[in-house]
Amino acid sequence: MTREEIIEKVNTFLIEEIEIDENDLKGDALLTKDLGIDSLDFVDIVVIVERTFGFKIKPEEMKEVKTLDQFYDYIGSKVN
Amino acid sequence: MGIYSCLGKNKEEVLQSLKEGRSGIGIDPKRIEYGYRSPLTGIVEKPQLKGLLDRKLRMYLAEEGEYAYMSTKEAIADAGIDEQYFENNEVGILFGNDSSAEAVIHSHEVAKEKKDTTLIGSSAIFQSMNSTVTMNLSTIFKLRGVNMTISAACASGSHAIGIGTLLIRNGLQDMIICGGAQETNYLSMGSFDGISAFSTRTDDPARASRPFDKNRDGLVPSGGAATLIIEDYDHAVARGAGIYAEIAGYGFSSNGGNISQPSDEGCYRAILKAMTEAEVTPKDIDYVNAHATSTPQGDFFEAMALAKLFAEPKTLITSTKSMTGHECWMAGASEIVYSTLMMQHSFVAPNINFEEGDEYSRLLNITPVTVKKEINTYLSNSFGFGGTNSALVIKSLK
Repeated sequence: MTREEIIEKVNTFLIEEIEIDENDLKGDALLTKDLGIDSLDFVDIVVIVERTFGFKIKPEEMKEVKTLDQFYDYIGSKVN
Repeated sequence: MGIYSCLGKNKEEVLQSLKEGRSGIGIDPKRIEYGYRSPLTGIVEKPQLKGLLDRKLRMYLAEEGEYAYMSTKEAIADAGIDEQYFENNEVGILFGNDSSAEAVIHSHEVAKEKKDTTLIGSSAIFQSMNSTVTMNLSTIFKLRGVNMTISAACASGSHAIGIGTLLIRNGLQDMIICGGAQETNYLSMGSFDGISAFSTRTDDPARASRPFDKNRDGLVPSGGAATLIIEDYDHAVARGAGIYAEIAGYGFSSNGGNISQPSDEGCYRAILKAMTEAEVTPKDIDYVNAHATSTPQGDFFEAMALAKLFAEPKTLITSTKSMTGHECWMAGASEIVYSTLMMQHSFVAPNINFEEGDEYSRLLNITPVTVKKEINTYLSNSFGFGGTNSALVIKSLK
């Protein structure tokens, strides 16, 4: 899966299901501070990622994932 | 007051339905597929909350919570208050609710398939608890007073108003948002259908719910939500609030017996307690909104209790469940809204489908058509499984 495809899928669910403003989806945006993703949102993101990309996020693997770019990279590392 | 039911999505729509004697009953095709004995149900439109509430306030609402948000929004506006008011005043919330099945079942289905509870998602826990309505509405409206749910089967909504009244009378709260909510999804009522409690008169859904009629064959489940803002009288006057009526008496009792078998004696004691507290006698009651759900046994025993008190003064009696079906956990609250609308507009809504009485109901003054009537005092009954009984006497301020 190309990075562009991953970005499109992730942004689509962040906009449609987590209801984050499209204008806030910048690569260097911090997931918690800038996008307002809290621990309960993350529970739902785990479910959506499993449904969309077919793998289960492991919380320990997310420790170093702070920005949206890093999140795209993390997804890419799991699906490719 | 606010209401969201199969009779309408607000007070104006519901008032019109009550006047016309319009039934809100229909067929749910999903119930046929699921294996229900009866697919009859109150048809309640799902509210569209996207745009009204942010995702984080919306997603934890179960179906009945969505209805309760709508009825509460209407009630708050009607009471002349807003969210700013809740910041500066301690307002409580007490709702009747006794199930929230859909999220429980979906959680089970996900866990069974995935063998992993972390794939259930975040909303199920907040949707699946009986207190889902009060936990959500207290969050949405930022309430800071008493915050709990009353679970008492089909008397839940009535007890919520009664308990709220006691808290206010004892000076513990000035204002409480009271009500009842009831889910209508097909997952919520299968076990109730399984004990053959529901009418199977599917050929003409509008005629299926026929409380007190000799040929009744069971109840029709229904739902929605109703909200009443109850308030200390002096407090309401001081802030210039419009006042619909006074909660003059709350009576409760337990049958002390069978889990599903009704009791005329238990009903009678609750009614008598409410009337005693309200300092009224049967001749003072202008209208009785009966619990009568259209089951052979329940209506029989309620009619027996009512006959002791209201046969002689020929008090007008109807069950609005003839139009709404049985709104279960919500019914005790919605029927206060329905009856108060009748009081406000001087009429008694019909007990549609009442054609012929049985041994006791024929002794009662049950009207199958709308009657113009000035109502100064009314009685509202609610009874439930386990023998829980609640009666409320409401007086106008005329």
